[in-house]
Amino acid sequence: MHIPDGFLNAKTWVTLAVVSGFAVGVASRIASKKAGEKQIPLMGVMAAFIFAAQMLNFPVAGGTSGHFMGGVLASILLGPSMGLLVMTAVLVVQCFVFQDGGLTALGANIFNMGIIGAVLGYYLYLIFRKVGSRTIAVFAASLVSIVLAAVACSVELAISGTVPLKVALPAMAGVHVLIGIGEGLITIAALGFLGKTRPDLLEIPGGAK
Amino acid sequence: MIRVSIYGLLIAIALAVFLAPFASQSPDGLEKVAEDKGFLEKGEREPLIGAPLPDYSMPGVKHEGVSTALAGIVGTIITFAAALGIGYLIKKKKAM
Repeated sequence: MHIPDGFLNAKTWVTLAVVSGFAVGVASRIASKKAGEKQIPLMGVMAAFIFAAQMLNFPVAGGTSGHFMGGVLASILLGPSMGLLVMTAVLVVQCFVFQDGGLTALGANIFNMGIIGAVLGYYLYLIFRKVGSRTIAVFAASLVSIVLAAVACSVELAISGTVPLKVALPAMAGVHVLIGIGEGLITIAALGFLGKTRPDLLEIPGGAK
Repeated sequence: MIRVSIYGLLIAIALAVFLAPFASQSPDGLEKVAEDKGFLEKGEREPLIGAPLPDYSMPGVKHEGVSTALAGIVGTIITFAAALGIGYLIKKKKAM
């Protein structure tokens, strides 16, 4: 759901650029206290994995595809502050090198996929973890984070006057429920793979248990 | 952690090389909604900045799959370096 240039009006993208810039600044401060010898290389690996996995569009219903976002995965492993920084790195490279997501929409895309996808996704995981097993919490947080990111995207488009909310919201939320199911399954698989190969990485400080 | 980094990066590169060329070409959720609801053209004027590898393809490489795989390798390595760089940068800032 990378927003290209032209979908958002100036007021909306400037506001979101400021909000996201501020959030990334705060995350950097928090992460600077938490990032250690294990986390910094893992930030690189996580970003590389998310970038590659985001290239793997899978078909969902009706001639539409979706791809993994990775916010919840990054935050569960590294905590929300480093999770946001990882998502930011991915989105900046996608924007500047691959024209995936517009330059003016970068703040909005960091807001949707980083702040909602990774930071809010992390707290969703903690909430779901209180009531369900780890697997269920991972799945639910991944799914809900995608749908909420899609809702935010719809609201941004509506505020910009690009498309009425009542038109965008059902369509965006509907298709992203399907994509979110994919997100949940991939996040469970990735954490399962790590749990089998390097269980110690699931226990590093900052991440969620 | 060096081993983890190398293996992790290799897994990511393998995904980009072996799976990305076979990824679905259908529009993604937002693109499809934009198409259906008639606002896709708003995003189709010239982008503000020209990117070196637009749409995950390597300019000059005719074979589509190879082009995607090469763009994927480059992107995966750049993203790895970018996030690693951010990690060291915030650490350094704290040390100062």
